[in-house]
Amino acid sequence: MKFLRKTFDNAHAALNKSEKTKKYFPLVDAIDTLIFTPNHTTQGGSHVRDAIDLKRTMMLVIIALIPALLFGMYNIGLQHFYAQGIEPAFFDAFLHGALRILPIIVVSYGAGLGVEFIFAIKNGHTVHEGFLVSGMLIPLIMPIDTPLWMVAVGTVFAVVIGKEVFGGTGMNIMNIALTARAFLFFAYPTQLSGNKVWISGFKEMQDNGQVVDAVSGATPLGDLAAVGIAQEKAASLMELASSAVAEKAAVMTEKASALYAEADLLLAKVPTLEQSLLGFYTGSVGESSTIAILIGLALLLQTGIASWKVVVSFFAGGLVMALTFNAVGGNGYLELPALNQLFLGGFMFGMAFMITDPVTAAQTSTGKYIYGFLGGFLAILIRVVNPAYPEGVMLAILIANVFAPLIDHMVVSANIKRRLKRVKTA
Amino acid sequence: MSEVAKREPLFSKKNKKLITDPLNDTNPVTIQVLGICSALAVTVQMSNAIVMSISVMAVLILGNVIVSLLRNLIPGKIRIIVQLVIVAALVIIVDQVLKAYVYDVSKQLSVFVGLIITNCIIMGRLEAFALGNKPWASALDGLGNGIGYGVVLVIVAFFKELLGSGKLMGFDIIPESFYEFGYMNNGLMLLPPSSLVIVAIYIWIQKSRNPKLIEN
Repeated sequence: MKFLRKTFDNAHAALNKSEKTKKYFPLVDAIDTLIFTPNHTTQGGSHVRDAIDLKRTMMLVIIALIPALLFGMYNIGLQHFYAQGIEPAFFDAFLHGALRILPIIVVSYGAGLGVEFIFAIKNGHTVHEGFLVSGMLIPLIMPIDTPLWMVAVGTVFAVVIGKEVFGGTGMNIMNIALTARAFLFFAYPTQLSGNKVWISGFKEMQDNGQVVDAVSGATPLGDLAAVGIAQEKAASLMELASSAVAEKAAVMTEKASALYAEADLLLAKVPTLEQSLLGFYTGSVGESSTIAILIGLALLLQTGIASWKVVVSFFAGGLVMALTFNAVGGNGYLELPALNQLFLGGFMFGMAFMITDPVTAAQTSTGKYIYGFLGGFLAILIRVVNPAYPEGVMLAILIANVFAPLIDHMVVSANIKRRLKRVKTA
Repeated sequence: MSEVAKREPLFSKKNKKLITDPLNDTNPVTIQVLGICSALAVTVQMSNAIVMSISVMAVLILGNVIVSLLRNLIPGKIRIIVQLVIVAALVIIVDQVLKAYVYDVSKQLSVFVGLIITNCIIMGRLEAFALGNKPWASALDGLGNGIGYGVVLVIVAFFKELLGSGKLMGFDIIPESFYEFGYMNNGLMLLPPSSLVIVAIYIWIQKSRNPKLIEN
């Protein structure tokens, strides 16, 4: 410890020697305060006294992300070997996953912190801590086969356009990690969605003929979207058949039943409730295991970093929408049991780590309920109704982010109105 | 206004400013934020952006001159509708010329040529300048604002076409070897929202170079 302290002190002294190097102070300061609690105290009136500062908060979120990350490493390796029909040893799977995920983490942090340093030096302030969490979230919400340069491009875009233009950490309107993902999703749709990116090295394995037939590479949500499409097509064929001449009707019914069979096959592959709790299925790196995510969420709720109001209302919003779909019915996707629906894909991950981001969430107490509900509601709506966006959670949370200030404004002005009334009648 | 005794030279300092100001300090797109819709819609290819800019410029100059010539005859109460008739007539002429000479581009620009009528830049300049100034100054003002609009459009289109489809003016620019290394065209750049981002970066750079443009 003493050695470390001395190193930093020496570095500060060396920088302070000349005017030219003084502007690189944020570089050293950032690493220094990451390890040591800063020694300086607030000058002038301080309003909030708290043992925890922004950097410590960020570290807690990262600790909360670790279960999802570790599970992601194991699961990525597992899916890689399963696709080849191999039952891997625990360590083999974990090692494969870790080796695939680590470069993404390094690139994400490298690109994001690089931009942060440039802005810090240019604007003459210390490096903001905001990217510590974003840098870990970005790898966790990417498909494992995303090329590294895309991760870098997405990260730089998100940090510059999503955050720095609004004034840096704490000023951003939209979640940085989701901005990065949404940018990449629309910029390079073939690399961020579809059937070939969710299992590590899937394309090469497919070219070499190593993939076993049962594995399609699709995520459960991708399968479900296909189920919905197939069943609707089959239903419309059956309808046509009822009014067609006998020979044509026979052909149509045959086609329809083939589609139904195909849908049933896909439905059988969708994880059960238990499986989706455990999370051994394909998806973005950190999103699949509900249990690992809930461990992290418990830590965030316990420390008060995540607001339970947002979490509960987000879950309720998703549940209401899913139950509505269940009641309406029509195809296999709509009729998927509500809890199953919520435990699949990025919904739980979004609930634990994205919607709870205090910067982009609504600030008022009532606003938090509305904000969370809106996010959860839209997440399931987009996911189910538009098969092109199986990751509706991402878009829904971004929309909720955009609406958060408006929600706050409405809540505050409603409150003022209510209390003004009281004054006037008295 | 009394007639000035000495004739003002054609390109006096004041007249030159009419052309140069819209390029930077009073740029219709980036500073006044007018005509954004067409900047979003027709910038996927550079050739489209260039044709569009020339069309707007033509309408702007001619419209400015005509309105300026008629400025003392137009009754104030119905001036908007008179201006609209003039602009609409000009737009129809431009549309017909485009259809006759550059049919492909005209087809791609589709409704946006017709929508020049509603382009805020044109009504804005007619209202703010042509109604109160002489024809020659109005023509210069139209030219300046037309160029100011065109420059932004072409810059946006340059980035959108280069990053979105790897081409410029329809020619492949990004070498094949890039794609073999895994480079991909950015699909977002082909969608209208990306123009907002590029225009925003343009404004950012412009205002950071010229802090007096920053409003509170």
